[in-house]
Amino acid sequence: MSTQGARHHGSVLRVGLPAVALIVMLGAIFTMQPRATSYFGLTVLLNFTLPAIFAAMAQMAVITVGDIDLGIGPFLSLVNCIAATLLAGHPLLGWLSLAALVGAYALMGALIHVRRLPSIVVTLGASFVWLGLALLVLPNPGGAPPSWLPALLSWKPPLLPLPVLASILLAICGELLLMHTSYGVVLRGIGGNPRAVAHTGWSLLAGRMVLYAVAGACGVVAGLALTGLNTAGDATVGTQYTLVSIAAVIVGGGEFVGGIVTPVGTVIGAWIMLLAGSLLSFLNISTDWQLSVQGGILIIVLGLRALNRWSGA
Amino acid sequence: MKLGKCLFGAVIGAALPLALASAPARAADVSTAKDGIALSNAYAGNTWRQQMLSVWDLASKQAIADGVIAKTKVVNADNSAPQQASQIGDLTLEGWKAIVIDAASPTALNGVIQQACSAHIVVVVFDSLATAPCAYQVVLNYVNWGTSEAEYVAKRLNGKGNVLEVRGVAGTSVDNDIHQGIVETFAKYPGIKLVGSVHGNWTQSIAQKEVAGILPTLPKVDAVVTQGGDGYGTFQAFKLAGRPTPLIIMGNRQDELALWKQLSDAPGGYETFSIGSPPGVSSIAFWVAQQILAGAQVPKIVNVPFVVVTAADLDAWLKVVPSGGVATGVYDQQWTQKLIAANLANTAPPPSPIPTRSP
Repeated sequence: MSTQGARHHGSVLRVGLPAVALIVMLGAIFTMQPRATSYFGLTVLLNFTLPAIFAAMAQMAVITVGDIDLGIGPFLSLVNCIAATLLAGHPLLGWLSLAALVGAYALMGALIHVRRLPSIVVTLGASFVWLGLALLVLPNPGGAPPSWLPALLSWKPPLLPLPVLASILLAICGELLLMHTSYGVVLRGIGGNPRAVAHTGWSLLAGRMVLYAVAGACGVVAGLALTGLNTAGDATVGTQYTLVSIAAVIVGGGEFVGGIVTPVGTVIGAWIMLLAGSLLSFLNISTDWQLSVQGGILIIVLGLRALNRWSGA
Repeated sequence: MKLGKCLFGAVIGAALPLALASAPARAADVSTAKDGIALSNAYAGNTWRQQMLSVWDLASKQAIADGVIAKTKVVNADNSAPQQASQIGDLTLEGWKAIVIDAASPTALNGVIQQACSAHIVVVVFDSLATAPCAYQVVLNYVNWGTSEAEYVAKRLNGKGNVLEVRGVAGTSVDNDIHQGIVETFAKYPGIKLVGSVHGNWTQSIAQKEVAGILPTLPKVDAVVTQGGDGYGTFQAFKLAGRPTPLIIMGNRQDELALWKQLSDAPGGYETFSIGSPPGVSSIAFWVAQQILAGAQVPKIVNVPFVVVTAADLDAWLKVVPSGGVATGVYDQQWTQKLIAANLANTAPPPSPIPTRSP
């Protein structure tokens, strides 16, 4: 009983801290730049959270089983290139190749499981495959997505701007599926205690493949969102999302050991990583600091967590 | 509140710059003293970009001191298009009147540029362009670079001789354009023969290695056409192979100009031609943005001339080009007005001024 209580307390802290940090950041941004509070302002400020939250969700699915995905950035580039070429010219072929990419992710999960390969090596290798394919599909930046895609991304739902609405929906869906279904418990168990999961008769292979397929699907959505915002293709456009997605999961309360992730925290983490840049800009601090600040946030979060564990023990 | 209205004015916003461009010639009479012009730069990690940024700094600080504009700001992205797009979004929110952009991708910023245009912000792209139709483009036409150096070589060789071509990074549009200019020009001179071609990647050490590799297979070489950053390495390759120094076109780098000076001072003398793209194009883009804000008639595409260093100006340039840097002017408002007028009238652009101190 008491351990469960402590656990619950821990998970509240896990999401609570980044949530408080996000509220403080938003408060600072709105005070300094009142223009950002309008519907249009929020859209401009948060547009690029759309690809980031889905990329972070893809990363979270992989981190759930204790793996890490170093190829998600180039994967977004590949989806971007397909969306800006095939999807417009040959919709059927375009959708089939996007589906094949999701399948490729599931197979990658199977390969890692069956051959007991380190995911860091497999996904790093895959990142070069994604980049190469992207360059094959679209050697020079250009192309155009089907017209419905930019239209969808500039859709203005009533009350809440699209990035806010999508973030809330994604967080709720993720939370329900991963944290409140019995199969979600199994999936998290594969990362936390695989032996126990195997004992109860669940397939570890199937579980890992499901999570990798989810990662692939989220990556496809992230790539499509990026294409809708950019309105064109570029084979190197996604590179930074590898760092951003990993940082979002960790800042949002996830851990590399597997089994410990939170969908709500991940979405919040993605917002924090992106808003850090805007905050610096509004404070008139040179953008040369931006990467250092993003890395610094990550180190501080991990440091505080280690301190917390140490004092708790 | 204004921004909220802009939301519905996307069409008007896109049409406004077009209307400006097609209106009859107007004087630049609107005051820009309260306006701010921001620079969004994709990448700051090489000497050309560093010079580009310091010229922007010189031009904008002077304009602020003179009361022409109120403020400026420079933001750099780490060669990442989504990051630059976010930054341009931030600049849009901050309410800058004009945003000048050296883009990370020709296409990936188009969405956010359109958004800025819809908020009635003047967008000027230069150097690495973005293709969004609402943005003004400050353009260096690299085909002209190839044409000018090839014409000079053909004239110096009296239309007859063997030419080696040192090219840039394969697959880039700059390399393709310069190459195209060279090939098209030499097609008019049947006596000129391109005897070989290597990729020097705009880097002296690579150019030296590549030229040294191809030299043993070549007959007598009368001239070398280059793309800048490769002239010094080419000279070294000829020297180490014990071959006579041919006519080597230089690319305005400090080491190339110094080499030219050294060769011309030696007995026998040396005469060549040096051409390059000026990092100071940032100051042209700055003044183009200011002129648009001031209500002047500006074409959607402003062509900028390359900097050509001739024997007569060599000493003056050598005094102001920093070590490791490239020859560039710091362009002012008057010069840019002349450039815009020349673009509108389709006449020759004004010559590039030689700065009095090192930018």
